[in-house]
Amino acid sequence: MPTPISALFGRSPIRPIQEHMAIAHECVELLGRFLEASFIKDWDTALLIQQKISDSENNADDLKSDVRAKLPKSLFLPVPRTDLLELLSTQDKLADKAKDIAGLMLGRKMEIPESLVERVREYYEESRQASKQALKVINELDELLETGFRGKEVELVEGLIAELDELEHQTDVSQIKLRAKLFELEGSLPPVNVMFLYKIIDQIGDLADISENIGGRLLLLIAR
Amino acid sequence: MSEIITQYGTIFLILACIFGFFMAWGVGANDVANAMGTSVGARAITIKQAILIAMVFEFAGAYLAGGEVTSTIRSGIIDIEKAGFADSPELLVYGMLSSLLAAGTWLLIASHNGWPVSTTHSIIGAIVGFAVVGISVDAVVWGKVWSIVASWVVSPMCSGIIAFFIFRSVQKLILDTSDPFKNAKKFVPFYIFMVGFIIAMVTLVKGLRHMGLDFSFPQSLAMAVGVGLFAMLLGTLLLRGIKEVPTDNEDFHFSSVEKVFGVLMIFTACSMAFAHGSNDVANAIGPLAAVNGVVQSGGQFAAKSGLPLWILLLGGGGIVAGLAMWGYKVIATIGRNITELTPSRGFAAELAAATTVVVASGTGIPVSTTHTLVGAVLGVGLARGIGALNLNVVGRIFVSWVVTLPVGASISIVFFFLFKAIFS
Repeated sequence: MPTPISALFGRSPIRPIQEHMAIAHECVELLGRFLEASFIKDWDTALLIQQKISDSENNADDLKSDVRAKLPKSLFLPVPRTDLLELLSTQDKLADKAKDIAGLMLGRKMEIPESLVERVREYYEESRQASKQALKVINELDELLETGFRGKEVELVEGLIAELDELEHQTDVSQIKLRAKLFELEGSLPPVNVMFLYKIIDQIGDLADISENIGGRLLLLIAR
Repeated sequence: MSEIITQYGTIFLILACIFGFFMAWGVGANDVANAMGTSVGARAITIKQAILIAMVFEFAGAYLAGGEVTSTIRSGIIDIEKAGFADSPELLVYGMLSSLLAAGTWLLIASHNGWPVSTTHSIIGAIVGFAVVGISVDAVVWGKVWSIVASWVVSPMCSGIIAFFIFRSVQKLILDTSDPFKNAKKFVPFYIFMVGFIIAMVTLVKGLRHMGLDFSFPQSLAMAVGVGLFAMLLGTLLLRGIKEVPTDNEDFHFSSVEKVFGVLMIFTACSMAFAHGSNDVANAIGPLAAVNGVVQSGGQFAAKSGLPLWILLLGGGGIVAGLAMWGYKVIATIGRNITELTPSRGFAAELAAATTVVVASGTGIPVSTTHTLVGAVLGVGLARGIGALNLNVVGRIFVSWVVTLPVGASISIVFFFLFKAIFS
């Protein structure tokens, strides 16, 4: 049993939470490559990438469980435990969503209509930017800890989160346009496919929503 | 003139020296690590540097500022008249010998099992134990004892509050500003000055009487300012080499800032070693000084005789020996286990703890350096400065209080009656 001094310092959850976010964003990045493979109908490559996404999502889950296990009530933290755990949950949703999208598209070997490919590509890119911004925000956690969740660092992070909100708003606008375009085409496409296309559009938009939520959770954390 | 003293005086003195050295060795082997561990853990100093600093400053603290606490343990806890020592002075000798042996033994057992034990609580428990059971309840100066016990609760709280405010000042002046690095380089020299000044001031005002030096307040103030300025100068030289390197700061924006605080932490490491030496050496040499006093005077008691130099040297030497032979390993272990303490936090905790302990030393109150440091760290934690703190350590500290006092007392009582049987 160690002396009081070494036993006093517990394992801070901050670094693991940052690592988790990095893995979650990696899933989003991989989704981009998946989409490209699906555009050229290379389902073998798509399968490989989907498996990579799944592996990463599993890693994220393991890390999440690990953080939860190492946060006993007796651990005194600079911010509320519940806030940290909810932030972690929200981050995890990002990885889940990326995996779901890939899984769904792979399962149906979904083909995006030629005229929509470019728009979908751009739309995904916007969501990816939102996720990337969320990663940037989360990477400021250790700096926030350094300043004791006060002062200039908080202002910096608030600025980053405002940018994140803006990026998410962008995806909302793009989503409306994309849906409108699909609406024009839906008569000439198999109905079931169309329904799933709408679903995929929603889900790619969800990536940006979840990213925005991550920023929102962090704001709550700082505020308390 | 006591017959037993005349007959066995030399043996008693030799035994006292051996036990005292044994106890001091134990302090150096186990307790110093708690004072130096945070500095090593924050990567402000290497283990080799920690050992060097500890050797020099533990000794300095013991020698320059350890007099008052030694006096308390030697003669402040036991009421010599009420204990009837005038008639049988050998009882005091037995008592002090058994206290040393008991505390040292308990320290050995606890260290072997990895239990955290306060050397201060052990010796106090042992002394009160033999006095209450071996002599009489009235033999103890209960007022003093209660004030000592109270200080064990007060000192961690006090250092916690001081640490809280020191860290808040760091946040306001440096970390929360728009250019932390620039402000760090600007303000850290003043913190370094504070370290030197506070430690010197308390020592000069309170502690040097046993050396026959008694400075007036203005003199002390002037000398303390001198020490502070010297430290500040040294610190400024060390800080020159630290530049803001952009690549260091990519991963963690505050890397360069923390390097600046690292220099500050070298000074607080010295102050921790000094403070620890000033308070804990007395645990070993207080009883030794008591025995020496009795033996040299042939059984008569001078109210407050001076503290012979050789006793302080023995105590300081014992601590250094324990540190060199075993303590460095414990420092290494603690340093390895602490992975998430940065210098900006570490220095605040150390400065608060060192200040509290040195004030206690100057006032003659034996406190636990370890618990005071724990209090200081919690103070920084309350300012949202630390990523995660195990609060069950606080519970464990309470338990150790409850266990150590009776155990120290019991072992001491056993040895007391043993000595009484052998020599009387």
